[in-house]
Amino acid sequence: MSASASATARQTDEPALSPALAPVTNILLCGIGGQGVLTAAELLAAAAVVEGFDVKKTEVAGMAQRGGVVTSHVRMGGRVLAPAIPPGEADVLIGFEAAEALRAVTQVRKGAALVVSDLQIRPPVVHQGLFTYPDDPIGALRAQGWKVRVVPARAIAERLGTLKLMNTVMLGAVSDLLPVPADVLRAQVVEAFRVRKPALAELNGRAFDEGRALPH
Amino acid sequence: MNAVTDTETRRLLSGNEAVAQAVWEAGVTLASAYPGTPSTEILEVLGTYPDVTAQWGVNEKVALEVAIGAALAGTRAFCAMKHVGMNVAADALMSQTLAGVNGGLVIAVADDVGLSSSQNEQDSRYWGRFAHLPVLEPADAQEAHAFTLAAFELSERFLVPVLLRLTTRVCHVKTLVEIGQRQTIEPRGFIRDSRRWVMLPGNARPMIPAQFKRDDALRAEAETSPLTTEWKGTNARIGVVASGPAALSAREALPDAPLLKLGFSHPLPVERIKAFAAGVETVLVVEETEPLVEQELRAAGMAVTGKDILPRNGELSVAVLRQAGATVRGETLPVPAATTAPADVFPRPPTMCPGCPHLSPFYCLSRLRNSVLVSGDIGCYTLGAGQPWNAMDTCTCMGASLTLANGLALAKHGDDANKAVVAVIGDSTFLHMGMQGLLNLVYNRANVTVMILDNRSVGMTGGQEHPGTGRDLYGNDAPRVDLEALVKALGVKPERVHVADPYQLPELFKLIRTEIQVPDVSVILTNQPCVLTDRHKAHPALMVDEDKCTGCGNCLAVGCPAIQVVRRGERVTASGEVKALSFVRIDSAFCTGCNACVGPCGPKCIVPQGPAETAGQAVGG
Ligand SMILES: Cc1ncc(C[n+]2csc(CCOP(=O)(O)OP(=O)(O)O)c2C)c(N)n1
Ligand code: SF4
Ligand code: SF4
Ligand code: SF4
Repeated sequence: MSASASATARQTDEPALSPALAPVTNILLCGIGGQGVLTAAELLAAAAVVEGFDVKKTEVAGMAQRGGVVTSHVRMGGRVLAPAIPPGEADVLIGFEAAEALRAVTQVRKGAALVVSDLQIRPPVVHQGLFTYPDDPIGALRAQGWKVRVVPARAIAERLGTLKLMNTVMLGAVSDLLPVPADVLRAQVVEAFRVRKPALAELNGRAFDEGRALPH
Repeated sequence: MNAVTDTETRRLLSGNEAVAQAVWEAGVTLASAYPGTPSTEILEVLGTYPDVTAQWGVNEKVALEVAIGAALAGTRAFCAMKHVGMNVAADALMSQTLAGVNGGLVIAVADDVGLSSSQNEQDSRYWGRFAHLPVLEPADAQEAHAFTLAAFELSERFLVPVLLRLTTRVCHVKTLVEIGQRQTIEPRGFIRDSRRWVMLPGNARPMIPAQFKRDDALRAEAETSPLTTEWKGTNARIGVVASGPAALSAREALPDAPLLKLGFSHPLPVERIKAFAAGVETVLVVEETEPLVEQELRAAGMAVTGKDILPRNGELSVAVLRQAGATVRGETLPVPAATTAPADVFPRPPTMCPGCPHLSPFYCLSRLRNSVLVSGDIGCYTLGAGQPWNAMDTCTCMGASLTLANGLALAKHGDDANKAVVAVIGDSTFLHMGMQGLLNLVYNRANVTVMILDNRSVGMTGGQEHPGTGRDLYGNDAPRVDLEALVKALGVKPERVHVADPYQLPELFKLIRTEIQVPDVSVILTNQPCVLTDRHKAHPALMVDEDKCTGCGNCLAVGCPAIQVVRRGERVTASGEVKALSFVRIDSAFCTGCNACVGPCGPKCIVPQGPAETAGQAVGG
């Protein structure tokens, strides 16, 4: 096959005009640089691929890898066009830090599911006394009328032995709200760790189950 | 190694990963780049493939010229850079496109549309017009892969470098990509022909008409290229002419509008666009970021809509395009059902890492704030312009710290006349474009103190290697430049060159204070590695002896994120003045035990942890 022929063959297809395709689900993840938000998004996207969805996963990190705001957009469905979730159209918000969920909530649609960690991380500008951290970010979300599923991710991870499990707890906690079956997502998480850090694979499976079993 | 198994046909890839995969498939021998967001991962990923040599160049001009050499040798070559990198490489680009190439040469340039981590937002498609090269614009990772393969074929057919124009929303968006095996490409052999490769005026002059001919041939190719596609629509009120990821957003925003997606966008297929326009009422041109296509169409006599109703900078998102569609159609959009007014949440700007070796240089400069002008540069240390240090006055482009300092030192006057000029630059930036500036300072007998913050890493873009790290892209040992010997060789007097440990803050402070008073070029090299690299060795965390802490808050001025306020208070001084107090703790999960905050603490209450505290650290990880 010549290069130009292959180029034609592999180009992005024309989107169907009236898609009888599965609707697109928009998942917005937010947190702080260094928390592993992008890895969590990656696992969601990989699970969507296993389920046969078209998927786009994008991140808006900027210079944020160093403790700044990080958001990642995961869109899955029959056919996904734009890379970013249009403002006000996120169906699920996963907040890996409480105040960041409050910041990102303007991006979600009415009636969206909010799954938010109770973890609070104050940035240096707050310690330096230049700004204040909200007293109760989750309370503020509720006061705005949102239904919030609060995840004690830190407490669970600490109990299981390492804070590194927090993100897996979060994925477990959100797993019944996604178009991807929870078991498919769980398998992705465990598999990803089996490849990179085998010692942590089973522990992550347990963290996922604990998140999943939280009462809500 | 990242070779593709026989059964593997699809992978979930980012645009950068997809370009790397395609470069490998295209049979490329040599790929060269200098890091820069959002392009960096292309070369990093290429380093995981067999059969292709991936090299970091010291800057983009160097990287491009290395790739040109490999293409002239008759093999396929590839070069990647961020948008501003092409400004550095432009000298090579402008002349080589006149001469052309032998083996295929593809240059991927990644534009930071939306300006999330750069010093400007420039539109690299201009280079197509300026340098007479074809420009391909993939919309997602699938196309980034396909267009990269097509670009090599075009480059060899028309003997011209091809510009693959990427944007952040291509580079950093993952989607499923169909992949293939590596092609076997027969090398073409170097062509010994000085009239073709030696750009003397007599050789270059006849190339200009040939270049115009090539432009025409490329235009004819663009008119029928399968890389440009038409997507049907049921409502001909608006016809969208779009390129890049904005084309996908336009389709989502206006799903019923016919859309001509320009994959091969320069030379512009004007006839094809005219034919498309004949079938629609209004042509809406959707391009990021400058109105290039729009202006060309107007010049061709077409009435089109574009930047008159669309933003002239930043990303053209679905929301923006829905609004534009409504404007053209004379409709009012329903006010979005959403939702919440933005809560008043504190900003969370990026910070330097706990224990970063750049913390103390900026702490020192912040203490000398009234007696120095600080000419800064680009890297993690640019954060020194922000809180809590506020210790940088200028930052323009890579290497400009030294040269702007040269001019500032010469022309400063009035209140600034007595201020010392300090230039601050990172090791990678110094090797990229700083050496010439230092030579210039010495040559012109300037009075500038230069701080080279050598953290043995390109920290800003994620810790890549460079000639000062002692490793190549693969992590193998490589010759390491001796920065101390280098600056002396550039003419800085040996007694004015100092290597300083940034973690010994009081000594560093004294050294800076001494050197800024010497009317000569001084160089202070710091010597601790970036904490995110494997060269960094963490020490046990320190703690605050709470019984002794006076709440003076001095340690907070170091700017280390591991130092946190636990309680605030007030104190009335002898003169009746009320002073705010901040009592602190050190988060042992983050502290690297670097010692930088010990010096600024007057009461000496930042101390090693007792055995009890160390034991409790396990969970911090
Ligand atoms: C021409 C150009 N190329 C690349 C970049 C992206 N970039 C900015 S600074 C930098 C290097 C930073 O490394 P260094 O000077 O060692 O400082 P550090 O971040 O390690 O503190 C890079 C690659 C750019 N801004 N301009
Ligand atoms: S990445 Fe390295 S150089 Fe950059 S802020 Fe962190 S420690 Fe400092
Ligand atoms: S010793 Fe001080 S400056 Fe260094 S990492 Fe610990 S808290 Fe930060
Ligand atoms: S500098 Fe020392 S005394 Fe002052 S707040 Fe920090 S730890 Fe307390």
